[in-house]
Amino acid sequence: MSIVQYFKPAFLEHPSSENKIYRHAFNFRKIWKMTVIITAAVALIPLVSITAIDYNVTRTALESDILLRVGRVASNTKRSIDFFLAKHKSVLDFLVHDNTFDDLNSLTRLTNILNHLRSGFGGFVDIGIINSKGIQSVYVGDYQLEGKDYSTQPWFQKVVEKGMYISDVVLGFREKPHFVIAVKRVYPGKTFKSENVVEQENAVAQENAVAQENAVTSENIVEPENNFYVLRATIDTEHFNELLSNLELSGMGDAFIINREGTIQTPSRMHGDILTKTDIPVPDYSIHTEVREETDGKGNINMVGYAYIPDTDFILMIVKNKAELMKSWYSTRSILIIFLVVSITIILGVILSLTTYLVNNMYIADKKRAMAMHRIGYDNKMATIGRLAAGVAHEINNPLAVINEKAGLIKDMFTYQNKYEKDAKLIGLADSVISSVQRCGSITHRLLNFARHLEVCIQSVNIKNLIQDVLGFLGKEAEYRSIKIVVDIPDNLPEMMCDRGKMQQIFLNLVNNAFAAMSSGGTLKIEAKDKNEGKDGSRGKEKKNKGKEQDSEFCTITVSDTGCGIRPADLEMIFEPFYTTKSSQGGTGLGLSITYGLVNEAGGYIKVESEVGKGTRFMVTLPYKQKTGQEEKICEYS
Amino acid sequence: MRILLVDDETDYVETLAERLSFRGIEAQWASSGQEAMQYLETNQYDLAVLDVKMPKIGGIELKKQIQKKYPDMKFIYLTGHGSEDDYQKGVADSVHYLIKPVNIEKLVEMMKNAMEGR
Repeated sequence: MSIVQYFKPAFLEHPSSENKIYRHAFNFRKIWKMTVIITAAVALIPLVSITAIDYNVTRTALESDILLRVGRVASNTKRSIDFFLAKHKSVLDFLVHDNTFDDLNSLTRLTNILNHLRSGFGGFVDIGIINSKGIQSVYVGDYQLEGKDYSTQPWFQKVVEKGMYISDVVLGFREKPHFVIAVKRVYPGKTFKSENVVEQENAVAQENAVAQENAVTSENIVEPENNFYVLRATIDTEHFNELLSNLELSGMGDAFIINREGTIQTPSRMHGDILTKTDIPVPDYSIHTEVREETDGKGNINMVGYAYIPDTDFILMIVKNKAELMKSWYSTRSILIIFLVVSITIILGVILSLTTYLVNNMYIADKKRAMAMHRIGYDNKMATIGRLAAGVAHEINNPLAVINEKAGLIKDMFTYQNKYEKDAKLIGLADSVISSVQRCGSITHRLLNFARHLEVCIQSVNIKNLIQDVLGFLGKEAEYRSIKIVVDIPDNLPEMMCDRGKMQQIFLNLVNNAFAAMSSGGTLKIEAKDKNEGKDGSRGKEKKNKGKEQDSEFCTITVSDTGCGIRPADLEMIFEPFYTTKSSQGGTGLGLSITYGLVNEAGGYIKVESEVGKGTRFMVTLPYKQKTGQEEKICEYS
Repeated sequence: MRILLVDDETDYVETLAERLSFRGIEAQWASSGQEAMQYLETNQYDLAVLDVKMPKIGGIELKKQIQKKYPDMKFIYLTGHGSEDDYQKGVADSVHYLIKPVNIEKLVEMMKNAMEGR
């Protein structure tokens, strides 16, 4: 038997005892199911929804908070970088405006300027003047770059076009990461427009480009070489890097700059080496600072705040690991989930046990009710049969008496009148009529006896007579099936004060059961003996009424058969109402339960022992003086 | 020994009386309580055998009526409705009691016992 079966309440298996019309109202399985489902739904749906809503709200709030924070860091950093670049740009711009080409073209002057720049700003590596042909005419710095031709380099083209250029970070000839800021200076007085305004400058640059193009395509000799020169300064990225590395970034944060191709410009902690491609996709262009989720090369989801730095190819990247940022949320989430699971378990447990308890009580009550109904029905039936039997017996008794007297008279006439005195045959005939009448008489007496004892009344009963009466009903059956009946009841047993009808019913049931269990040729044995030591037998399957055996003497009547026996599993259930192994043969499962009830009512107890294949013994222990709970009515002749 | 038999079943009581006469007991029979009372006014009887169940006046009622007038009379009940236990009750009640169909020899014996006051 599995644990589930052990805990499984009986009502799940057994249908109601109610008949068909009301069966739906007593479908305990359905009632149980409905109650469990409805209460569980009512209790759990709000709980789960609230938890889900809270889950989402907290998560969304946290996510937007993270988004905001990353965005703020990105925009602040962008401003710093902007400022840094603008500062360097402005200083060069100032220089080209403050000095004439000739001033700058002097090595001494330029050296002075570089020294002043280094001390004033720091980060300046070298500085040079490049003429319009792309040749570096003057150079101040650690390397020998004077006379180097830059005309083919893309940055030179750009500065010619736009008037100003900030390069990507390159290793260049120096093998040291650096970037270049170049400012174009158009000779004053030629094409003279304000160069401080970017738009105008762009316009100028475009004009120049167009002019160049024209010069190339049309081979028109307008020499641009004397029109402009370029002041070029190299700036060490260390200062630049400091700006970013000083940022305090939580959540495995990383701040670095990439160019528009995704090449890393400043050192990154997580997302690639300098001057290699980053593992984060290059974000789309936007004027504003933006934050979005991106998956990096390792498969981590990151919150990426980015900003395009104006006038450069730089893109500032603030990268934070999302999982790291959401850590606090994850712990909140697990608390939430544990809370939910525990609540659901408790709620379901309470619902299940409570519903099972209630429905089980309903089931038991229903069973008791059905049992009582059945008892009433049974009693009514017996009473009806009794009345019928009594009526028939009484009606028959009178004509029987007449026949008896008439036959008697015939016999008397033969006996007392000499005329027929010698005719033995006639007397024999009369005798056989009389003896038949006697037999009929004994039958009607038995019927009357039976009917009479259906009413509750306490009277003195001789146990032996009682058993003989019961056997009288079944004697013929025993004879047909050649069942041997042994009755071993001592004559000196005291009379029992009890309800004869009920006692009859008890033993009739037991004897009937014994007969049903036996095939032809079995033996039924009924014994009775005094049992003063009532306590000793109170073990095993017996069910007893306590306190009664102390002051009254008991009598044990044993009904044993040599029939098929009862399986141990059935033995436990044998006195349960509606428990039957003979349902196919029309058994109601009430016989032994009624017997048990009657014995209990009488203040006795019943015990059963059985061995499959060998037979069964029922031991009924009854007090000699029975006390019924009901109004005691001592039977008197009426 | 003068006997009065009372039973509503005329056929029965008449036959019973005839059978008793074979055994030397002369019995007068009546088929109802009223008839019995009429006989009692004109004759004297030692013993009455009464059927318990009769229309109008039953055996038990009749016994009470007779006893008022003739306290010395003895009684035996007959009934079609009874059992051995009832018989014993009858004895305990100091009333003799027989169940139909009766054995005539038993009846005679009981009559003698009743007369002797046992």
